[in-house]
Amino acid sequence: MFKGDFIANLPKIYGTYTGGFLGFVILMAILESMGVGADTIGILFVAFTVFIYAAIGFLSRTMEVGAYYVAGRQVPTVFNGMATAADWMSGASFVAMAGGIYFGGHGYLAFVVGWTGGYILVASLMAPYLRKFGCYTVPDFIGTRYGGKLSRLCAVVILVVASFTYVTAQINATGTIASRALQIPFEVGVWFGLLGILLCSMLGGMRAVTWTQVAQYIVLIIAYLVPVFWMSNKQGFGLVPQLVYGDAVSRIIELEQFHGLGTLEAVEGAKKGLRALTVPFAEAGSSALDSWKFVTLVLCMMAGTASLPHILMRYFTTPSVKAARQSVAWSLFFIFLLYFTAPALATFVKLQILDPTLATSIIGKSITEVNSLEWIQKWSNVGYLQIIDANGDGILQLNEFFMRGDIVVLATPEIAGLPYVISGLVAAGGMAAAMSTADGLLLAIANALSHDLYYKIIDPNAETKKRLLVARALLLGIGALAALVASLQLTSILGAVAWAFDFACSGLLFPIVLGIWWKRANRQGAIAGMIGGFVTGTWYLYMVRFAGMDPWIGIDHLRFGIIGMPVSLVCMVVVSLMTPEPDAEIQAMVDDTRVPVGKTVIETQAAK
Amino acid sequence: MNEADNRVMHWQSTKRLMIITLSLWAFFSFVVHWFADALNAFNFLGFPFGFYMAAQGSEVAFVIIIYWFARSQHKIDQQYGFAEEE
Repeated sequence: MFKGDFIANLPKIYGTYTGGFLGFVILMAILESMGVGADTIGILFVAFTVFIYAAIGFLSRTMEVGAYYVAGRQVPTVFNGMATAADWMSGASFVAMAGGIYFGGHGYLAFVVGWTGGYILVASLMAPYLRKFGCYTVPDFIGTRYGGKLSRLCAVVILVVASFTYVTAQINATGTIASRALQIPFEVGVWFGLLGILLCSMLGGMRAVTWTQVAQYIVLIIAYLVPVFWMSNKQGFGLVPQLVYGDAVSRIIELEQFHGLGTLEAVEGAKKGLRALTVPFAEAGSSALDSWKFVTLVLCMMAGTASLPHILMRYFTTPSVKAARQSVAWSLFFIFLLYFTAPALATFVKLQILDPTLATSIIGKSITEVNSLEWIQKWSNVGYLQIIDANGDGILQLNEFFMRGDIVVLATPEIAGLPYVISGLVAAGGMAAAMSTADGLLLAIANALSHDLYYKIIDPNAETKKRLLVARALLLGIGALAALVASLQLTSILGAVAWAFDFACSGLLFPIVLGIWWKRANRQGAIAGMIGGFVTGTWYLYMVRFAGMDPWIGIDHLRFGIIGMPVSLVCMVVVSLMTPEPDAEIQAMVDDTRVPVGKTVIETQAAK
Repeated sequence: MNEADNRVMHWQSTKRLMIITLSLWAFFSFVVHWFADALNAFNFLGFPFGFYMAAQGSEVAFVIIIYWFARSQHKIDQQYGFAEEE
C-alpha cells in the first residue's frame, strides 16, 4: 500500500489514520442509533484508541541507540510539531483548562498566555542550539558544555524532580479517565493507564513515542474541537465559536449581576473539590497586586516551558537546526488550536447555564425541574456536581450550584444535547492527552537516568545492548513508581502541574540559556546556579505550602519560580566571574553551537 | 571578509533578532496584561479588550512572532553562509 521510504509516506499514513479514526467515530454513531448503550460506546472508544497507540509503539520497536534516544533525528517539522503539541498538552490542559477559566475567569487566563508564549523562548534561545549541539538529553548538554560529572548529576536530579511531579499528575488523569470510561475502580484505572503508556514507549523509546504522539494529537484535537463547533452551531452561537464569543462575554457580565454574583452569601456543605461560581468572568482586578500576580504566573509558566526537558528533547529529533526552529513554530500553532478554543468553550458553557432565555439554562429555574435533567442526575451520581437548596425556596441560585471544573469539557456534549458518541470521543481525547504527556515525561526521566547517570557517570564502557536494556528497565520501574504515587492521590492535578514548571525554571533555565549565550559561563557557575536556584525555590515552596509562611507579595506556591530563577541567575553569574573562564576548547564548542551549518558539536568532539 | 569576522557579524545579527523577538514577546506577555483592567474599558468585537488580549490576542501575536522569527533567523544564516544545505 505504501511504497518507498517511511518518512516520505508520513502524510499518507497519518491521512489514512485520521480517516480511519473518523470512520470509527461514524461507526460508533451508527451503533448508538441502533441502540447500543452509552457505556459500551465509551469502553469501545477508549479501548480501541489505546490499542492503536500500543500497536504503533510495537511497530516502532528498535535496538539502535540513535533511534531509541532521538528517533534517528529524522522527524519532519510538521509532524514533530504535532508530537510536541501532544507531549505538551496534558490531561489537565484537555480536561481542566476550560473549567479553570469557567471558575477563575480572567485570572486563570494567565495559564493560557503562559503555556503558549513560552515557545518563543524555546525557539529563540534554546531549541535550534541544542539541536546543533547534538545531545541525547538535556543533562547531556549541561554535562558536555560545562564538563564534569557533578554538573551532569545536578541536571539529572532537577530533571527527575520536575518531571516526576508532573508525571504522577498525568498518570492520575489517565486513571480517572480510564476508570470512568471502562467502569473500573480508580486504582485499577491507574495501572491500566500505565500499561498503555509503557506499551507505547518501552520497545521503541523516542521513535515509538514520536509516532504515537502524532496519532494522539490527531485524536485529541478532533475530540476537543468537534464538540465545541457542534455545540456552537446547534445552539446558534455562530459558525466559528472562537471568533464570535465577544457578545457572549458581554452577556455573561450582565447575567452575573442579574443573578447576584458577589452579593450572594457562600453556601456551606458542598463535597470536596466542588465549587460554586464566585469570581466575575471578565474582571481583571484594578490593583497593582492583581497585575503582578497575573504576570508572575505568566512568567513562571513560560520560563518553565523553556526548561522542561521532555519538551526540549523533542527538538533533538528533527533532521536539521532550521527544522528544529520551524518545528517549534508548528508546535505552538498546534497548541494554539486548543488553547484559543478553551476560553470560547468556557464562555459558551457558562452562557448556557446562566442565560434564562436559553433552553439549557438551570440557574433561576426550579430545583425539581433541574434535578430531572439527565446530565445533572448523571454527574451528581458520580459526585461531580451538587445542588444545595440553602434558602429552601425551591429555586436554584448561583451560590447553590456546585460542580467540578472538569465538567465543562466532559459534560458539554450532554448540556448541549449532543449524541453520546461525542462524549465517548471526548473521553478518548482526554485519554490521548494524558497518555502522550505521561509518555514524554517518563521517557525524559528514564533517558536521563540511563544515558546520563548510568552510561556517562557509572559505566561509560557499557555495550549498546546493555544500555538499552537498562533504559527499558528504568522506564518500567519509574512508571510503576509514578503509578503507585498517583494511586495515593496526594495533590490536586493543577497544583502539581504548575510545580513542575517552577522546579524546571528554578534549576535549569539559566544553566541552559547561558551555556549558549554567555561564553564566560563555566562549570562552577552552572553548578552554583542549578543548586542555588533549585534549593531556594524548593525551600520557598515548602515554607509557603507546608510550613505556613505568608507568601511574599502574592508569590504563592504556584509561582515559586519567581524566587528560584533570580537566585539561580545571580549564583551562576557571580560564581562564574569569581572562577577561571572556560578553556579554549569549550569556547570553541560554544562558537560551533551558534552556527547551524556543519556536524553536531558532539560528533565533532567524538571525532577528535 | 575572513571567517572569524563573518562569525562575529552573524552572531551580532542573531543577537539583534533575539532582542527584537523577546521585546515583542515581553510586550504581549507582560505589558499588555499589566494594564488589563484599564484596557477592559474598551470594547473589541464585543469583548472587554483586556480580557480579549488574555484569551486570544496575545496567543495570536505569539504564533505570528514565532513564524516570523524562524524565517528571519534562517535569512540571517543564509546571508552569512551558515545555513545548512537542504
